[in-house]
Amino acid sequence: MSTDDMHHADNHDHGSVRSYTTGFILSVILTAIPFILVMAGGFSSRMLTVMVVLGMAVIQIVVHMIYFLHMNSKSEKGWTLISLVFTIVVLFIMLSGSVWVMYHMNTNMMPMPQGMTGQ
Amino acid sequence: MTTPVSDPATSFLFGRLTLESLPLHEPILVATFAMVALGGITLVAALTYFRLWGYLWSQWFTSVDHKKIGIMYMILGVIMLLRGFADAIMMRLQQAMAFNGSEGYLPAHHYDQVFTAHGVIMIFFVAMPMVTGLMNYVVPLQIGARDVSFPFLNNFSFWMTAGGAIIVMMSLFIGEFAMTGWLAMPPLSGAEANPGVGVDYYIWGLQVAGVGTTLSGINLLVTIIKMRAPGMTMMRMPIFTWTSLCTNVLIVASFPVLTAVMVLLTLDRYIGTHFFTNDMGGNPMMYTNLIWIWGHPEVYILILPAFGIFSEVTSAFSGKRLFGYTSMVYATVCITILSYLVWLHHFFTMGSGASVNSFFGITTMIISIPTGAKLFNWLFTMYRGRIRFDLPMMWTIAFMITFTVGGMTGVLLAVPPADFVLHNSLFLIAHFHNVIIGGVLFGLFAGMNYWFPKAFGFKLDEFWGKISFWFWVAGYWFAFTPLYVLGLMGVTRRMRVFDDPSLQIWFLIAAFGAGLVAIGIAAFLIQIAVSVRDRKKNRDVTGDPWQGRTLEWATSSPPPDYNFAFTPVVYDIDAWHDMKTHGYERPLSGYEAIHMPKNTGAGVIIAGLSVALGFALIWYIWWLAVVSFVGILAVAIGHTFNTKRDFYIPVETVIDSEAKRTKLIESGA
Amino acid sequence: MSSTVTNAEPRRFHLDHEPHLPEGDSTMLGFWIYLMSDCLIFAVLFAVYAVLGQGFAGGPGPKELFELPLVALNTAMLLLSSITYGFAMLEMAQKRQSQMIRWLIITGLFGAAFLTIELYEFYHLIHEGATPGSSAFLSSFFTLVGTHGLHVTFGIIWLITLLVQVTRTGLTPSNMRRLMCLSLFWHFLDVIWIGVFTFVYLMGMI
Repeated sequence: MSTDDMHHADNHDHGSVRSYTTGFILSVILTAIPFILVMAGGFSSRMLTVMVVLGMAVIQIVVHMIYFLHMNSKSEKGWTLISLVFTIVVLFIMLSGSVWVMYHMNTNMMPMPQGMTGQ
Repeated sequence: MTTPVSDPATSFLFGRLTLESLPLHEPILVATFAMVALGGITLVAALTYFRLWGYLWSQWFTSVDHKKIGIMYMILGVIMLLRGFADAIMMRLQQAMAFNGSEGYLPAHHYDQVFTAHGVIMIFFVAMPMVTGLMNYVVPLQIGARDVSFPFLNNFSFWMTAGGAIIVMMSLFIGEFAMTGWLAMPPLSGAEANPGVGVDYYIWGLQVAGVGTTLSGINLLVTIIKMRAPGMTMMRMPIFTWTSLCTNVLIVASFPVLTAVMVLLTLDRYIGTHFFTNDMGGNPMMYTNLIWIWGHPEVYILILPAFGIFSEVTSAFSGKRLFGYTSMVYATVCITILSYLVWLHHFFTMGSGASVNSFFGITTMIISIPTGAKLFNWLFTMYRGRIRFDLPMMWTIAFMITFTVGGMTGVLLAVPPADFVLHNSLFLIAHFHNVIIGGVLFGLFAGMNYWFPKAFGFKLDEFWGKISFWFWVAGYWFAFTPLYVLGLMGVTRRMRVFDDPSLQIWFLIAAFGAGLVAIGIAAFLIQIAVSVRDRKKNRDVTGDPWQGRTLEWATSSPPPDYNFAFTPVVYDIDAWHDMKTHGYERPLSGYEAIHMPKNTGAGVIIAGLSVALGFALIWYIWWLAVVSFVGILAVAIGHTFNTKRDFYIPVETVIDSEAKRTKLIESGA
Repeated sequence: MSSTVTNAEPRRFHLDHEPHLPEGDSTMLGFWIYLMSDCLIFAVLFAVYAVLGQGFAGGPGPKELFELPLVALNTAMLLLSSITYGFAMLEMAQKRQSQMIRWLIITGLFGAAFLTIELYEFYHLIHEGATPGSSAFLSSFFTLVGTHGLHVTFGIIWLITLLVQVTRTGLTPSNMRRLMCLSLFWHFLDVIWIGVFTFVYLMGMI
C-alpha cells in the first residue's frame, strides 16, 4: 500500500514470442538429451548417467522458471523469489533429510538379507 | 467395530452407519449427549425466540470482516477448550483412581479415545483457532489496513476450521474417535489394527480443518506483505506482526506436509496401498518421519504468536520501547528456519544411529539460543520500566517463569542419551504441557485480556481475571510437577491402570491441580459474564486503554467496519506512540467513502458440504460423497461468477460513526 | 516498503485521500504462495518415492513396467501445452480475445491428450497386475504420478470455466488475472513433470 505501489498497477511480465520460443527449444533439447541417453543404455558409469540426467532436469527447471514462469528478482518486490528460495530450501531439507534418516534407520534396524528387502 | 450384515439398500443409503454405531451402551456418553442436546435445544430456541438467526447469518456467519472472523475463531477455540479440558479431567480422574486393583471408571477403548481426542482438540481446535483468531483480529489493525488481502477466503478458512471441529465432535455421539494417540501412528492407525471409523474421523477432521489453516496462512502472509500502511517498512512492523508473518510462513510451508501424509494414510486405509504397512515394502517409520516434519514447525506456529503477544504486552506495560527490536526480529526468523531442522528429536529412539541423532540433538539445542535471547529482551524491556501489573502483564510474567523451566527440560530432552530414558514418559508430557500451557495458553490469555477492550469496547473484569490467573498458574504447577517426577521414575504416557501403589499420591496431586485449572477456566467464563454485565463501568472511551504503542490503539474500541477513517502513515516502530508524542490530532473532517468487500454465504456453504463429504467418506456413504463433492465444485465455480463483491461505505456513514467517536471521547474527558 | 516521506517534512500521520489500490493487487502473490505450498505436497510424495521406491515386495520394478517412448510422448504433450498457453497469454496482452481462446482450446486439448496417455498407461499397468496395492514402489508411483494427473484434471476444469467466463464477460481485469493465475498453475505442473519423468521414469530405467 506504499505510495510507489500505486503508480504501476500491472507490472506482470507476459514475455514475448521470442522468449517463449527460446524456452521451448531449450526445454526440448534438455528433455531429449536425457531420454536419448537413457534409451540408448546410458554411459558405462551409472553414476555419470545419473548426474547428467539430474543435471539436465535442474537446468530445465531453471529454464522453465525464467522463460515460462517469468521469475525475476523484481516481481512483487522480490517476494516471489524469496518464497521460491525458501520453498526450495524446505524441499531440499525434507527430501534429503528423509532419505538420510530413513537410510540410516534401515541400515541400523533392519539387517535383512538382500532378498527380503525386495532389492 | 463390527458391522452386522444388512440389506443392500440400507448399506447403499447409510454405508457402514447402523443403529449400533450410536454409543447407547455408554452411560457417560448418553449423559453427555443428553446435556449437549438440552443445551443445544435451549440455544436454538432462544435464538429463534429472539429472532437472532437472520442477524447471525447476515452479520456474522457470512461476514468477511477480519474482526468478526477473528472473534468467531476465538469463540470456537473457547468452546473446544471446554471439550478438550473435559477430556483432560477425565484422564486425570482415571489415572488417580486406577490403583490397587481398581480398573478406574473408563474402559480401555473409551480411555484411548479420550486421550486421543484431548490432544487433537487442544492442538487443532483450541490452540490453532485461538492463535489464528488473534492474528486475524490484530494484524490488519496493527499494519493500518482495512481488511485482509482475501476477505472471502478468510471467511471460508474459518468455516473449514469449524467444519473440522464439527467432524471431530460428531465422533462423540456417532461411532467412535481414534484410539491411536494424537498423531495416529501406523501400523496402529492402519486398516488392519483399526478398521473402525475412529481413525477416519481423525483423518477427515484434520483434512477439512487443514484446508482452512493453509488458506488462512496464505491470506495473512499476503496481507502482511502487501497491505502495510505507507511508511511501514519491514523493520518498522510491530513485533506481533513479525511473529505472525513467521508463523504464517510456517503454516504455508508445513501444513501441506500434513495434508499429504494424511492422504497417504487414507490411501492405505481405503484402497489398500502399502505406504505405512509392515508388509509389501511399506514402512510405518516413514509416517513418523513425515508427520514430524509437519509437527515440529507446528509447535512454533503456536508459540511464535505468543512470543509476539508477550513482546507487545511487555513493552506497553513497562511504558518503554521493546528492548532489542532488531534482535527480536532476527531471533524469530532464526527460529522459523531452525524449526525445519529438528524434527528427528521426536523419535531419537527410532534407531537412526549416532550420527543422525547427534545432528538433530545439536540443532535442537541451538534453537534455545534465539529463544533465550528473546527472554533477555523481555527482561531488559522491563528493567527500569514503569511496570503496571495489569492482567496481561501478570500472564506475561507467569509465562517467563513457567516457560523457562519448560524450555530447560526441553534442552534436557534434546540430549539423545537422556531421551532414550525419557522418551514416551510422563516427563515428556510434563515438558510439552509446560511449554504449551506456560507459553501458548498463557500467551493467549495475555492477548485476550490485552485486546479484549479493543474488540468489544470495554475492559475485562480485574477481580475474576485475577482469580482465573492464580488458579490457572497454581493449577498448572500442581498438575504437571508430579508428572516430571513420575516421568523420571519411568512411568510411561497413556497408561490406564497402575500396579505400583506408591505412585498414586503423585497422580492425586496432579488430579488436584487439574481441579484448580477447572476453577481457573470457570473463573475465566465468569470474568467474561461479569465484564459484559459491567460493560458501562469498564467502557473504554479513548480506544487506547493501556497506553498502547502500536496502530490498533489509534482507532476506536471497537473499531468501525473500515478500521481507520484515514489510512495512517508510519514513521517509527511504535507508530501510535510516535503519533501521540508528536501531538497528533485526530482529523474531524475531510472524510471519504470507503471501498469494502461484501459479505457472502459461499464460504459457509462450501464448508458445510465439506463436512458432509467428510462424513460420507468416514461411513462409506459413497452416493453422499459424490453428491457433496460435485456440490463443492459447483458452488466454488458458481462463486467465481459472482462479480458483485464490493461496495462503498457511504461518506455519511463514515461521518456518522466518527462523530459518535468524537462524542464518546468527550464523554470520557 | 518504501519510505517516500522523509523526516525533513512535517510529519503527516495520515493520508488525506483514500489510496486507490488496483483491484486484485494481491492475487498473483497469493496464488504464487499457494503454488509454493502445493510444491511441498509434491515434495512429500517425491520423498516417499525416494524412500519406498525400492520396496518392490518381490513384484515388478521400473525396468519391467515403464515404457519410455510413451513417457516421451506424454512429456511432449505437456511441453507443447505449456508453449501454447504462453502464446495465449501473449494474445491476451494484445487483447485479441478470439485468438487467445483458440490457443487456450489447443492447450486444453494437449492437456487432455496427456491425461489420456497417462490413463492408458495406468490401465495397462493395472491390467498387467501392477496395481497400487501390489507393493510400496507401485503405491508411491501411482500416488505421485496420479496426484500430478489430478492437478492437470483440475487445470482443465478451471480452463473450461475461464473459457466460459471470458466468452460471457470478455477480457475484464478479473478474467485476465484468473488467466494469469492458471498460467502459473499450468507452467508449475510442467515443472513438476520434469521432476516426475526424471526422478521416476528415467532414474528407474538407468
